[in-house]
Amino acid sequence: MPKLSPTMEEGQLSRWLKKEGDKVSMGEPLAEIDTDKATMEMQALSNGVLRKILINEGESAPLGQPIAIIGEPDEDISSLLKETAAEAAKPAEGPAEAQPSAQESATAATEPVAQQAAAKPPSASAPAQENGSAAQPSRDDGRQLISPIAARMAAEAGVNLKSLQGSGPGGRIVKRDIEAAMTAKPASSATAPILRGTGLVRPTETAAVYGPSAYRDEPLSEMRRTIARRLVTSLGPVPHFFLTSEIDMDRAADMRTAINELYPDIKLSINDLIIKVAAAALIQHPQVNASYQDKTIRLYEHADIGVAVATENGLITPVVRAADAKSLLEIASEVRELAERARARKLKPDEYTGATFSISNLGMFGIDEFTAVINPPEGAILAVGAMTPRAVVRDKEILVRQTMRVTMSCDHRVIDGAVGAQFLRTFKQIMENPLYLFLS
Amino acid sequence: MAVMTMRDALNLALREELARDKSVFLMGEEVAEYQGAYKVTRGLLEEFGPKRVIDTPITELGFAGLGVGAAMVGLRPIVEFMTFNFSILATDQIINSAAKMLYMSGGQFKIPIVFRGPGGSAYQVSSQHSQSIESWYAYFPGLKVVMPATPADAKGLLKSAIRDDDPVIFIEQERMYGMKGEVPEDKEFSIPLGVAEIKREGTDATIVARSLMVPVALKAAEELAKDGVSCEVIDPRTIRPLDIKTIVESVKKTNRVVIAEESHPFAGVGAEISAEINERAFDYLDAPVKRVSGVDVPMPYAKNLERLAVPDVAEVIAAVRAVSYL
Repeated sequence: MPKLSPTMEEGQLSRWLKKEGDKVSMGEPLAEIDTDKATMEMQALSNGVLRKILINEGESAPLGQPIAIIGEPDEDISSLLKETAAEAAKPAEGPAEAQPSAQESATAATEPVAQQAAAKPPSASAPAQENGSAAQPSRDDGRQLISPIAARMAAEAGVNLKSLQGSGPGGRIVKRDIEAAMTAKPASSATAPILRGTGLVRPTETAAVYGPSAYRDEPLSEMRRTIARRLVTSLGPVPHFFLTSEIDMDRAADMRTAINELYPDIKLSINDLIIKVAAAALIQHPQVNASYQDKTIRLYEHADIGVAVATENGLITPVVRAADAKSLLEIASEVRELAERARARKLKPDEYTGATFSISNLGMFGIDEFTAVINPPEGAILAVGAMTPRAVVRDKEILVRQTMRVTMSCDHRVIDGAVGAQFLRTFKQIMENPLYLFLS
Repeated sequence: MAVMTMRDALNLALREELARDKSVFLMGEEVAEYQGAYKVTRGLLEEFGPKRVIDTPITELGFAGLGVGAAMVGLRPIVEFMTFNFSILATDQIINSAAKMLYMSGGQFKIPIVFRGPGGSAYQVSSQHSQSIESWYAYFPGLKVVMPATPADAKGLLKSAIRDDDPVIFIEQERMYGMKGEVPEDKEFSIPLGVAEIKREGTDATIVARSLMVPVALKAAEELAKDGVSCEVIDPRTIRPLDIKTIVESVKKTNRVVIAEESHPFAGVGAEISAEINERAFDYLDAPVKRVSGVDVPMPYAKNLERLAVPDVAEVIAAVRAVSYL
């Protein structure tokens, strides 16, 4: 059972995609595994034939427990079967302990760990035997292996590493994998389908692929450190404070209606607009697009916005990367796609972690206003209430306007009251007149 | 150009430098009357006489010290060790006197001395006589270490070593004395110390090889070329000062490195080169730097085991394939 999410301790076999006797090749999907977070595809890391399935659909196994045997078609697997049956009764680290230490000498510990783990047990008859625990060496510790030059080339060419399967030992991504990805790249564009056929929209040929935002760490000042220390003693590890603002939404609502008339396919929501406006405001107030680290304040370059999505299994917050750099249409299609996959439990870990700011919207449940709990290490979260007609005073007259109340929870270690208030003022200003979006 | 053996190329360099500079003299065990245990000093006693070509007793520490003293008073001694295995007895004079004298005398005494002789593996001379100890000497600041791999390099580098004002350890490979190659006849031909040579250009992997491993690496490169793998073979020629720039430039081009050496791997010259590459070209690597070294055991006497203890073409080919993920 491989580790498929950062916090996974055991996995439930949701579905076998191969049956006993099927040929499998490296990288081919073998099974679907339910982890604590999502349903993940498990890929075969060796070629051969799926000789024996050890875990049935619906059964669970702790990390490291063999779940199947892949081998040569005519290989004798009886001794391996006996061993795996014994291993299954033992704790997860069993298979690793059983390895011989014959390879080790005083100086020659240069073999990658993965190879040692895959070394055949003493009694095994033939090579090319691998079980589930050994078949996922690179993922077991949650790391993606990549050679330095491959990492560099990927960064320069904007290749998304998460989408690659490395061809080196232990799944290491090497130079030729990046070269292959670079020649194959023009085929994929996440936002292309929804924009196709709408002749008025500028084609997004240069659609960049955004990973988690870049950032710089600024050392904590003594004052900042003292503020942090004192506030934590008062209100738990993350000292929250809350700022509320009521926003006139007439223009935003009009704009949304107008856009949706132009592009009926898109179904732009008010929440998509809120994401875009928040991202724009964050870029103007970098101190809010920040997180408290042990010794530094981390300031992010892009606004990676976490969007809370309620699912049957609970709350999850998929992340819209670099929302500041994306168009409203891109955001709308991306949010819809992420939310669909969140509900289907198909999100990958890097798609729901590492936001720089989050938005939680309970407007659809008729909530007027509420406070949200910060998702550490993010510095703030915006709780959005329902947009509803309210009586407001404008120029000493009472009018009925569409308004919406937002409450920002701030981590006081990073964000002081005035800084949060300035951000919220900018947010309100843009939200009340979204034309600002097109001026910056 | 004349075709000659490495033995004759070294002899020619000694002859030319003895003739060129009266302060140059040669001493060691059997260098004069017997004309050298490996005949590198053939004819030199006859040509330059017993004051310039001197037989010593079997006293390595003694005559090494004599050489250091002679260098301090202005001569340019060439001290031959019958093999570098015997230089182990002279290490106090080499390391504590020759290497440090310039520094400890506040720059008053330069030590223009060459310690030369055969090193590395030979054929069935067993553990105590088949050692590669270049990493010992390369370790100490104050010493230069040179290891030629062709007759031309041997001649050009030995001439530079003799003319150099610092102590130079000049290690010839015992198996390579009979190796033939073209050697420039120009009396002023020399090769500067500290400059590597690209022995073969390539694009897919870099093989850094010295001494005996240079012809092995070239043969491996030839075989790999048949499979479409283009190897660049770099011979540092001087171990210290090391021309790391040439190596790093090559790594930036090929992204993959194999270091071939007949010495033991642990704390060897290959380990140093690997560390330098990591520090200077980490971002260009596509695979961990791989060493092909002599087996980490005392050299066996048995012929079959001895053959297994020294890296061969097949091992270098396998290493290049490994770093190229083939």
